[in-house]
Amino acid sequence: MQTEKQYIDLFLDHRGLIDRHSSAVLNEHRDEAFRIFREKGFPTSKDEHYLYTNASHLFEPDYGLNLSGIEFPIDPYSIFRCGVPGINSNLYFVINDQFYNHSQPTSAKLPEGVIACGLREAADRYPDLVRRYYGRAADNTDTTVAFNTSFAQDGFFLYVPKGVEIKQTIQLINLMRADVDMLAQSRNLIILEEGSKASMLVCAHALDAHRFFANRVTEVFVGKGARYEHYKLESTRADMTNFGHLYVQQHAHSDVLINEVTLQNGVTRNNVQVDLIGEHANLNLCGMSINDGKQHTDTSTLVRHLVPNCTTNELYKYVLGDQSVGAFSGLIYVADGASGTKAIQTNRNICLSHDAHMYTKPHLEIHNDDVICNHGATVGQLDADTIFYLRSRGIPEAEAKMLLMFAFVADVEEFIRVPALKDTIKMMIEHRFRGHETHNCTGCTSQEACQTKL
Amino acid sequence: MAEELNESIINELANEKYKYGFTTEIDTEYIPTGLNEEIIRMISAKKQEPDWMLEFRLQAYRKWSEMEMPRWPLLQLPELDYQSMRYYAAPKQKKAPESLDDVDPELLKTFDRLGIPIEEQKLHVGMAVDAIMDSVSVKTTNKEKLAAEGIIFCSISEAVRNYPDLVKRYLGSVVPPTDNFFAALNSAVFSDGSFVYIPKGVRCPMELSSYFRINALNTGQFERTLIVADDESYVSYLEGCTAPARDEYQLHAAIVEIVVNDGAEVKYSTVQNWYPGDKDGKGGVYNFVTKRGIVKENAKLSWTQVETGSAITWKYPSCVLRGDNAVGEFYSVAVTNHHQQADTGTKMIHIGKNTRSHIVSKGISAGQSQNSYRGLVRVAPTAEGARNFSQCDSLLLGDCCGAHTFPYMDVHNESAVIEHEATTSKISDDQLFYCNQRGISANDAVSLIVGGYAKEVINQLPMEFAVEAQRLLEISLESTSGVG
Repeated sequence: MQTEKQYIDLFLDHRGLIDRHSSAVLNEHRDEAFRIFREKGFPTSKDEHYLYTNASHLFEPDYGLNLSGIEFPIDPYSIFRCGVPGINSNLYFVINDQFYNHSQPTSAKLPEGVIACGLREAADRYPDLVRRYYGRAADNTDTTVAFNTSFAQDGFFLYVPKGVEIKQTIQLINLMRADVDMLAQSRNLIILEEGSKASMLVCAHALDAHRFFANRVTEVFVGKGARYEHYKLESTRADMTNFGHLYVQQHAHSDVLINEVTLQNGVTRNNVQVDLIGEHANLNLCGMSINDGKQHTDTSTLVRHLVPNCTTNELYKYVLGDQSVGAFSGLIYVADGASGTKAIQTNRNICLSHDAHMYTKPHLEIHNDDVICNHGATVGQLDADTIFYLRSRGIPEAEAKMLLMFAFVADVEEFIRVPALKDTIKMMIEHRFRGHETHNCTGCTSQEACQTKL
Repeated sequence: MAEELNESIINELANEKYKYGFTTEIDTEYIPTGLNEEIIRMISAKKQEPDWMLEFRLQAYRKWSEMEMPRWPLLQLPELDYQSMRYYAAPKQKKAPESLDDVDPELLKTFDRLGIPIEEQKLHVGMAVDAIMDSVSVKTTNKEKLAAEGIIFCSISEAVRNYPDLVKRYLGSVVPPTDNFFAALNSAVFSDGSFVYIPKGVRCPMELSSYFRINALNTGQFERTLIVADDESYVSYLEGCTAPARDEYQLHAAIVEIVVNDGAEVKYSTVQNWYPGDKDGKGGVYNFVTKRGIVKENAKLSWTQVETGSAITWKYPSCVLRGDNAVGEFYSVAVTNHHQQADTGTKMIHIGKNTRSHIVSKGISAGQSQNSYRGLVRVAPTAEGARNFSQCDSLLLGDCCGAHTFPYMDVHNESAVIEHEATTSKISDDQLFYCNQRGISANDAVSLIVGGYAKEVINQLPMEFAVEAQRLLEISLESTSGVG
């Protein structure tokens, strides 16, 4: 418990400061979360859910925390003037752990009734609304989430009223910017009322070459018949650790697409939990990770079919080079009464080097007989015969391998429904495969990408 | 219609009785209940063991007393009171039986009722049987015939006395005494079991078989099987088990160790039919078994299991594919019904180059049972060109049962190809309709489909066992469709 002690002391000593720079609604949840965190501490690799990522070890370094809400003097809109695909998207920033609430881009025209702002501001202005949802989906039994609930002061808030459709993609950029090693914890809350529609792109970038740790929790509530798309693009630096927890609740006839793309990072832990609580809800859950160096990507997904007639299609793909590590653990849980469930879970992985390691745990837990559930997992390498075929047609070996790798991840790309975003991500993947650094969003900064309209 | 059918299946299942649930009234010699060093010394003394064996037990016991029962399986494990149990019970015999005539007729009758007539076995050239009741081996048949080939087939207590060098060399070499909680418990108190040694280049001329029977009340059975197949040899080994129906649970914690030397092949088949408890989940055998084999160069180990009994099953027969080109196979049908719980599967550890493994697991759950497959495929950095294919299918009969699949794949070598596939479903209405249309009654159709579903595994069993396994499946499930 040595690692936890510094945070426990920090919390006890500065509780007042944390509360002051946040909102009452967020503060209400701290005591209970802190109690759990204090009792259990960070998960270690002895914890079944963190078998391949020793969280306790990762939290060990002496990170700085910005509890008093000091603002960093940067204007992300000017830095990212050209740096983001489709500048006309609705663009928001969370810098370290705070929502950047100056000068909204002029292009951001949101339909009436939509609220998009900082979570702290939303909790002050619409306390009842935020209180109704905040902390309802996130699971504090994962103590890194409890840790976040104890400390998080701000983040992004989106509310889409009944029947409203936001045509432009909402883009949220999580920026790490500091002159010291830093730990940032933010919290996002996204609420889609009945029949509404929205799509989000969440990017993670690091501006400075310091050791950064981001522990972010996002809760999404998707109302009856609502449609929501959630894209996550991670492209940072090798000394960054990124814990992303995504909790989604889906009501009847809702449709959710989640696609997580990890291109460059140090340690990535993606935690996704989707609860299907209304009949005929549909979920597409997918992601890919392209790893090199000592990069470590660990994805843990839990899809709970709690009511009848819902469908899940899950697909994760990893390409692992050098000494990188990939881990996937997916669990599809079908509850007692959830008849008519259809669920497919697939995890396919390619190891390109001798020192790359892949761990996969595609799990099914089924308590109902009227289901069709399949899962499949493979670990292998590029097919030698296919490479030979391409080479025999005059394609150099390196290029042949490249082609096969593009083809391998192509079906995850197909789950990007925003055409401009798909093109941009495709380009970034190509850059990535060709060994270019992408932590500055090279793909995005190109002139073509600037012209892209989302 | 499907619902009605399911209901009728469940009702019939519920009424099906465990036919091996009788007890034998026989004089039994007990030691006091409880577990401590004194008890272990007592067991060791009863078996007239050498000092190294006692030391082996005591070390295991000391380690065990520091260990905790595993909580990770998807099982509702009740707290077990290890001090209220008896660790040794033996049917009383005046002296060691030299021939069948010396064996208590009551004992012979017991095995006869179980379908293992030891007397007939003597004449039956196709099989040799080691019959074990509670803590001791009653009789091993066909010993002389095997000895002519240089094969040693005897109870492990006999082996400790007669072949100490062999036992000392191999005992605990595959499953170390401190491997896990139940392995440590077994290493401390194991009472009997079979020992097999197949010399170099010998193909065992008959199936070897051991039959385990728990009879005494409130007694655990802790048998230990050690099979050593020397270079280029072959043996097929069968294991069967039953227990009387009692209201109290009975504990069974066994270890099976197999050493498959270069170029050898071992086929290990189990038909596990311990008492599963009654339809309300009362009583039954708690079956915690550690089975593992080390497979050397060009050797092959094949596990086949048909699991129909036990209230709780915790069992992962494993292959450590240590030599180059070693092959591991695992075929399993696990049937759970009423309140049975099973968390079973396999581990394939690829260490040698070009090692291959194949896993076929078929789970069938009915009633309120929970049936989980848990398997690990690990490819070490040294295992160039390792290949694995796993297929785990689950069939659900009834809407109160659960079928779960928990595969783990750890791959540390880029040249390995690992594939895993699993499906979970019920018998589809289309399949039933198709059969009905052709004049097959609904119940027969279910029987047919379940039979076909399990066939891939049943086919792997040796003839003698395939018949028994088929019968067991019929009793466990197919009787529901009017067959049994």
